[in-house]
Amino acid sequence: MPHVTFTQNIQRHVSCPETEAEGRTVREVLDRVFAANPRARDYVLDDQGAVRRHMVVFVDGRQIRDRTQLTDPVPADGEVCVMQALSGG
Amino acid sequence: MSDRLFVATRKGLFTIERGKARRAGRWAVTRTHFLADNASIVLPDRRNGSVYVALGHGHFGVKLHRSANGGRSWEPCAAPTYPPKPEGVDDREPNSGRPIPWNTELVWALEPGHRSEPGTLWCGTLPGGLFRSRDRGASWQLIESLWNHPKRREWVGGGAELPGLHSVCVDPRDARRVAVAVSCGGAWLTRDGGASWEIRAQGMRAAYMPPERQYDPNVQDPHHMVQCPAAPDVLWVQHHNGVFRSTDGAASWREITTVKPAAFGFAVAVPPEDPDTAWFVPGVSDEQRIPAKGNVVVARTRNGGKSFQVLTKGLPQRHAYDLTYRHALDVDETGKRLAFGTTTGSLWVSENQGDSWETVSEHLPPVYCVRFA
Repeated sequence: MPHVTFTQNIQRHVSCPETEAEGRTVREVLDRVFAANPRARDYVLDDQGAVRRHMVVFVDGRQIRDRTQLTDPVPADGEVCVMQALSGG
Repeated sequence: MSDRLFVATRKGLFTIERGKARRAGRWAVTRTHFLADNASIVLPDRRNGSVYVALGHGHFGVKLHRSANGGRSWEPCAAPTYPPKPEGVDDREPNSGRPIPWNTELVWALEPGHRSEPGTLWCGTLPGGLFRSRDRGASWQLIESLWNHPKRREWVGGGAELPGLHSVCVDPRDARRVAVAVSCGGAWLTRDGGASWEIRAQGMRAAYMPPERQYDPNVQDPHHMVQCPAAPDVLWVQHHNGVFRSTDGAASWREITTVKPAAFGFAVAVPPEDPDTAWFVPGVSDEQRIPAKGNVVVARTRNGGKSFQVLTKGLPQRHAYDLTYRHALDVDETGKRLAFGTTTGSLWVSENQGDSWETVSEHLPPVYCVRFA
């Protein structure tokens, strides 16, 4: 099952412990995570459900390409990292 | 008379209180919250003592927090969010051609609803949407009648790259009558609680437009609009290139050309009981956003704009470059106490309608919003 971690900096605002979540795409995985932790959703995704402008998501060390629909595939044992961009500080 | 002030800054929210006993009459910071976070606006709701603050996290978006105990402790509440953007809608900022994000980029206005609607709040945002909450910020609804108005698509960014709705005036006589102002999109009025809107900027002048467009209501850049509660047909606007006043409920506006030392600025305040009095904090001009001659001054009229006094007592009169943003000047409910804060972190209070000022701090973060509890 994909493993999901969040930037340490988000923890000051909303608790986002590392977790495991089913899903074949970034959208499916994050939907599962946010279903269990609804407050975290708006910290990562904007009003349209896209990745916030100054947030980045990596799958197995590669930055995802589809920041709007989040269709990038996630392997069954994939590592999903939700990080801050250096912009937006 | 209010002994408490809330100050929203680039680096947190500050509570300022008037001292008692030995420190009587001295104002000082008594509490800090959300230190290092960007607090764009604060609303002490005088109807029930609740306080709301909007935070704009660079990475994590806009969030709203609420206090039920006068700002001592806080809990998150809902932030306004835009509905899904329909497929195929081409919504762009006209000047840049960039797509308008259907996303709350900044909370730029936060006002209590009418006293007959104790749970109601109004919220203005960048990129221009107006929201209403009926449940003290537990949920928000976009006012779609204004957002979907064809003329909304013509709004442009002013100082920001996106249009923004920064002023909301709820008529004390009628909860359904609400006026709002937009940079840059003029002033708008609903008389049916937000079901329909009409533009109300007739008489405003935009010096930054070609001659044939200068009086176009929808291109006006009101920096801030306030309404006199005791005489709600009187509204004042500090505009990008002047000061305007309406005495007919925003049906028409008259330019006030007597402001000293200049007609440029962002902030305007009007006391609750006197529609002829107003305060402004002028800068030189839109191209020189600093106080004239390095002197921080407040301009006050007591006769509806026929003449102005320049108030300086207690304010720095040498090499001071403070700029006061649109929500950073406030008057309390008695009309006697005033406070304003600046981009360089100064904060002053007056207890005599601006005749003299006390320095509260010269070292706060850049101040966005000052409000008496």
